[in-house]
Amino acid sequence: MRRLFACLLILAAMPVAAIPVGTPLEFANPAQEEQYQTLIRELRCTVCQNQSLVDSNAGLARDLRRNIYQMTRAGQDREQITEFMVSRYGDFVLYRPPLQPNTYLLWFGPFLFLLVGVLVLVAVIGRQRRAHDRGLSAEERARLAELTRQRP
Amino acid sequence: MRLVVSFFVFGLLVLLLWAGLGLNPRELPSPLVGRPTPVFELPELLDGEGRFQHQALRGQASLFNVWASWCVSCRAEHGLLMELARAGVPIYGLNYKDTRTEAIAYLRRGGNPYRAIGFDAAGQVGIDWGVYGTPETFVIGPDGVIRYKHVGPLSRRVLTETILPLLQSLDGAAS
Repeated sequence: MRRLFACLLILAAMPVAAIPVGTPLEFANPAQEEQYQTLIRELRCTVCQNQSLVDSNAGLARDLRRNIYQMTRAGQDREQITEFMVSRYGDFVLYRPPLQPNTYLLWFGPFLFLLVGVLVLVAVIGRQRRAHDRGLSAEERARLAELTRQRP
Repeated sequence: MRLVVSFFVFGLLVLLLWAGLGLNPRELPSPLVGRPTPVFELPELLDGEGRFQHQALRGQASLFNVWASWCVSCRAEHGLLMELARAGVPIYGLNYKDTRTEAIAYLRRGGNPYRAIGFDAAGQVGIDWGVYGTPETFVIGPDGVIRYKHVGPLSRRVLTETILPLLQSLDGAAS
């Protein structure tokens, strides 16, 4: 019974433990805070790859958050901080990839697929309409007449 | 006709997925390759007073290896590094986010393949080098330009097929 109670206590404590703890950061103005909050969500943690800096608890993510915080406090703007990150880790750190020749497929691929889909749809509809417009042949009409005649 | 088209599309998809299986998502292209090494100055790990600077990586082709005592896969490549050092390949180290005592104990156990080691306790120099997963090994030309980056433990295959020929050609071009 006591063991069960202990388990329940641990379970109850879990959601609390999942909330990242840390001292609240101070900013000179709300714009800086917003920039910091945006950047740590739009930059990828390179160690854990599928997490942003804000989601990750990896040591490197913590260091990079600290770097971004300090640069923001020092008055650097978004482009400067993004450039800092890209020059070290490459375009991969950007969750919002830049528009450049090697990302054209990434950006325009969905529209390409949409276009292909529309073309296929138009072709299918066109074919069905042509079949419909052709009407029934004499043979088909005779068979239809026979079928309807058999109805009681 | 319809069957042929379906098979063609299916085949294309299979090829695409098959190629995807062969890719390593952990290996990111480093924007540092082709650029001079980052500028840094760090305390030397073993020599309490000494400094280790980026200028040390000039004059001859060398390896720059990022390691830590807490890094398990670093241990896997340590034997190879020792071998390279014995063969005369200049290897410099960056001790990344470590403590002095543990790093020195690590080298005492496994041997020290490095000519000099920068002690980067805060990991700030590591960030300048774009380090995201120890161990990482950079090939540096005699002009101090980064020529190649390998992420993860070195293997004999990477050494003989890529790194050693590259080192040789870099030293050959300089002399």
